[in-house]
Amino acid sequence: MSTSENTDRIPPALRTEALEQLLTERGLVDPNVMNKFIANYETNVGPLNGAKVVAKAWTDPEYKQRLLADGTAAIKELGFSGPQGEHIVVVENTETTHNVVVCTLCSCYPWPVLGLPPSWYKDPVYRARVVKQPRRVLAEMGLELADDVQITVRDSSSEVRWLVLPQRPADTEDLTEEQLVPLVTRDAMVGVAKVHAS
Amino acid sequence: MTAPLDVDGPTAPPRANGELVFAEPWQSRAFGMAVTLYDSGAFTWPQFQAALVARIAAWEAAPPTGECWNYYQHWLGALEDVLAGDGTVAADEISRRAAALAQRPAGHDHPHPHGEPHDHPHHHPH
Repeated sequence: MSTSENTDRIPPALRTEALEQLLTERGLVDPNVMNKFIANYETNVGPLNGAKVVAKAWTDPEYKQRLLADGTAAIKELGFSGPQGEHIVVVENTETTHNVVVCTLCSCYPWPVLGLPPSWYKDPVYRARVVKQPRRVLAEMGLELADDVQITVRDSSSEVRWLVLPQRPADTEDLTEEQLVPLVTRDAMVGVAKVHAS
Repeated sequence: MTAPLDVDGPTAPPRANGELVFAEPWQSRAFGMAVTLYDSGAFTWPQFQAALVARIAAWEAAPPTGECWNYYQHWLGALEDVLAGDGTVAADEISRRAAALAQRPAGHDHPHPHGEPHDHPHHHPH
């Protein structure tokens, strides 16, 4: 390949900076738009383990049954488990019922499947308000739910960690399990967002 | 429009439980350029992915001696290949610009004149 020699000689940081300058000068990339894209991917991509669990449940009805019956065991089937004594309970969001997770005491969180909790999850304001005014807090976070949707707030503890099985978005019938995985966000599995088709 | 990033195999970006991991700032810039250009329709995702697969396959077939695996080096190479392929940016343009950037004096990002005494460290993040 004719470019490999150049690529090897010049540090990638410099080539990246050079390419960004050239693309910006030609109006092909706006650095401010790009910054937003990067921030968006950094916060919304993953966590992968939970997303795999959800995508499997969406495509495998028997797995979904096992997941809702015994979350810890079904999650372990995929090779994900945390320290002993951690019990993960999975609840399903539907057209008429919506679950949202909080830990009012501290910041209990199903980290083997969701990774580290986002900063707002540990915020005392979220923890206090989502219990009293879930519909309003969700709306403030960008999730407007119809008045006839019943909201249940699930309080995590050291014994029970809740995981939300979000609704599979419409128009994704043709997607495979692997293609569904990247759509599932952490926020959807905490219950403060829905999953979107793209 | 979110880029359908691979989650498994050599073409999947490095992650920690699914969240993207950038070891150095340039990696997130290289990532950002590709997803921004994809979003604006500069190329399709399969086009970029094919270039990435080719770059990784070429490296794996003959890993340069002493060179560690660096995912975003291949990502950047794939982006360059796609942009060179349709004539958007030629590889030697990038090389020339990078060489010019390499000639910048140390502390090039400082707004004050050089030679003046100052006591803050020269470690500005880019």
